[in-house]
Amino acid sequence: MSNKDYETYYVPEQSHWPIVGALALFLIAIGAGSYVANLDTGEGVGGYILLAGIALIVYMMFGWFSNVINESMAGKYSAQMDASFRQGMSWFIFSEVMFFAAFFGALFYARMLSVPWLGGEGNNYETWNVLWPEFQAAWPLIKTPDGSTTTGMGWYGLPLINTILLLTSSVTAHFAHVALENNKRASLKFWLASTILLGTVFLILQVVEYQHAYADLDLTLASGIYGNTFYMLTGFHGMHVTLGTIMLIVMFLRVMKGHFTPENHFAFQATSWYWHFVDVVWVLLFVFVYIL
Amino acid sequence: MTTVTDTMEHVDGHHDHHDHHADHKMTGIKRWLLTTNHKDIGTLYLWFSFIMLLTGGAMAMVIRAELFQPGLQIVEPDFFNQMTTVHGLIMVFGAIMPAFTGLANWMIPMMIGAPDMALPRLNNWSFWILPFAFGILLASLFMEGGGPNFGWTFYAPLSTTYSNGSTAFFVFAVHIMGISSIMGAINIIVTIMNMRAPGMTYMKMPLFVWTFFITAYLLIAVMPVLAGTVTMVLTDTYFGTSFFDAAGGGDPVLFQHIFWFFGHPEVYIMILPAFGIVSTTIPAFCRKPLFGYSSMVYATASIAFLSFIVWAHHMFTTGMPLAGELFFMYCTMLIAVPTGVKVFNWVATMWRGAISFETPMLFSIAFVILFTIGGFSGLMLAMTPVDFQYHDTYFVVAHFHYVLVTGSLFSIFAAVYYWLPKWTGHMYDEKLGKLHFWCSMISVNVLFFPMHFLGLAGMPRRIPDYALQFADFNKWVSIGGFAFGLSQLIFLALVIKCIRAGKQAEAKSWEGAEGLEWTVASPAPYHTFATPPKVD
Repeated sequence: MSNKDYETYYVPEQSHWPIVGALALFLIAIGAGSYVANLDTGEGVGGYILLAGIALIVYMMFGWFSNVINESMAGKYSAQMDASFRQGMSWFIFSEVMFFAAFFGALFYARMLSVPWLGGEGNNYETWNVLWPEFQAAWPLIKTPDGSTTTGMGWYGLPLINTILLLTSSVTAHFAHVALENNKRASLKFWLASTILLGTVFLILQVVEYQHAYADLDLTLASGIYGNTFYMLTGFHGMHVTLGTIMLIVMFLRVMKGHFTPENHFAFQATSWYWHFVDVVWVLLFVFVYIL
Repeated sequence: MTTVTDTMEHVDGHHDHHDHHADHKMTGIKRWLLTTNHKDIGTLYLWFSFIMLLTGGAMAMVIRAELFQPGLQIVEPDFFNQMTTVHGLIMVFGAIMPAFTGLANWMIPMMIGAPDMALPRLNNWSFWILPFAFGILLASLFMEGGGPNFGWTFYAPLSTTYSNGSTAFFVFAVHIMGISSIMGAINIIVTIMNMRAPGMTYMKMPLFVWTFFITAYLLIAVMPVLAGTVTMVLTDTYFGTSFFDAAGGGDPVLFQHIFWFFGHPEVYIMILPAFGIVSTTIPAFCRKPLFGYSSMVYATASIAFLSFIVWAHHMFTTGMPLAGELFFMYCTMLIAVPTGVKVFNWVATMWRGAISFETPMLFSIAFVILFTIGGFSGLMLAMTPVDFQYHDTYFVVAHFHYVLVTGSLFSIFAAVYYWLPKWTGHMYDEKLGKLHFWCSMISVNVLFFPMHFLGLAGMPRRIPDYALQFADFNKWVSIGGFAFGLSQLIFLALVIKCIRAGKQAEAKSWEGAEGLEWTVASPAPYHTFATPPKVD
């Protein structure tokens, strides 16, 4: 890089948004902590503190991102700054991958090791014989060692439709990006709106699926390791899709305001990366949670 | 210390002082709350970690007071457990890690010729989460039923089925600490990848920068896994899941696998930056370049890679399949190879060097020797059949305190002494520094060395009472502990004294010091390298 690229690196002024964000996280942590700790009695104000924290962090994001957008629109950012943002987002997504890896790890461990061991595999015959001789190792684990039962979720029907929706949305997101790079604004709006629509329908169908699982299949969060991994993986994925959809909506509003140029559209790029990431996670989920 | 030829460069470093927006410094508390300056944030991290060191240290004093003699005398067993738990959590997440992040903040931009960290506002956020997170953790000690009492490793089912009412607070405190660490790590990575001065290729970076670069990768890879672990603890405790409960198809051992997949890289997160520090100080006080720079880089990377495939050596006694025990034993022993390369290179750097023994050098030499002792006891623990005897005894406690206290903490002291002149503009009181070193050096060995014998003789860790035959060694351990704790007050006095007054430090405060940070004035101007220097 030449010397010139560095001279314009923008070091922002003092900002109150980070401390607002820290306070928001404090409220979220203490609110969620006290809400969960008092779950059985339903007492306490934890839920309200949690909501206040979430409201504060939304306010912070709005203010902080406004600052960044204004600085960017004012031309204060260099190519080097753009690279900082891009690298930052890439590594953030990598850390998200590792978060999901923990839950996939738990799923694989349960399927490959702990459930077969509980069924007496390897040198665990006595464990099985003494503790739960009735237990049959199987996956989905529809009958746990302590005898509670549930029903497996099939991959056809809603999950398959959802897979098609989300894969399509990744394609439409890519089309939107290509349209932006070619400065075709109408096409950009169309593809972006389609992506948002597909994401929203996915989320609605996910809620329908959960209702079906709770009401008809007796498959709940507490249904043994099968229900645990099912809901934690699909649930965290759903939260990420929700966040991704909100990001896409913000991008849509910014496109309507005339933001982004073919050369300068980091926020759009980051949202698009994030969207592809949740899509890839879903493909893994579909294979390992639903099909296999 | 007479070869100061940098006046021109340092003027150059901030010549556009007045054109720059962020140059005006706020005063009072606002400066610290709203700052985007890497030096301010580095200072905040360092002071925070020192306060946490004293807090966690006070808890260690409670532990040692209780263990001074056999029998229960001072605290209840449950409170004792809370002390060991919170002592561990505070020292790991509150003292050592933030101290390293503080050093990274202060030094990396100056060492690579950058105007600041790449994402200055994110940097501020990363810091200010921490006081809140530890506020929650400490507050949980005063809640009904007490704070976390399951050990800093929070093994299930201690943290799930048998935990007290405050586990939810522990979980969310760890969550926001993790957010802080991940954002801090992303900032370090982006700064190093993107902000190096022209001409500074990766293999020209100071080794200090290299070790923080690799450490930051470890952080973004494993802190999310910790977040996943505590989330599963939360749902197992409060939402009826059974990840760690065999009755529902899970497995308590699963907890240990996921936790140590985080936990083992975590211990390298706490030692790799220490390698970077002594690789800076030893050449400076030997007046010789570091021996084997590139092998140091590759050794650091190898250790980081290996740290991901050794986690189950913490779990040899859980009844793993034999193939697993052998795999993890051999991989663990393999780590001794790159670590040996490092120790060899430090010693080779000293070989025929013109060594002088200022306080940073004393701490660095102590680091090399005492960390190696901790490394050797680690090698002993790596051997599966031997570990069956050592597991969960004081031998393990001795091992990890040698690597974390005489390793990480001593390296942090070395770093603080080495760069205090650059930070404050004053030379510290060398006599007081040497006093701090010798008091710490002697007391820390009285404190931790007898723990090896206690462990080999079979004294289990995490107990408030013990059999009579362990009484004599425990008395010595406690005396060493109190002395080591008190010795740190010398350090506090020294730092305050150095900030307030002292001999004016030159830009290049040490004769043998190398690196861009010594080309700017002491104290370093509020903004450095607004225009990057050219590195040849």
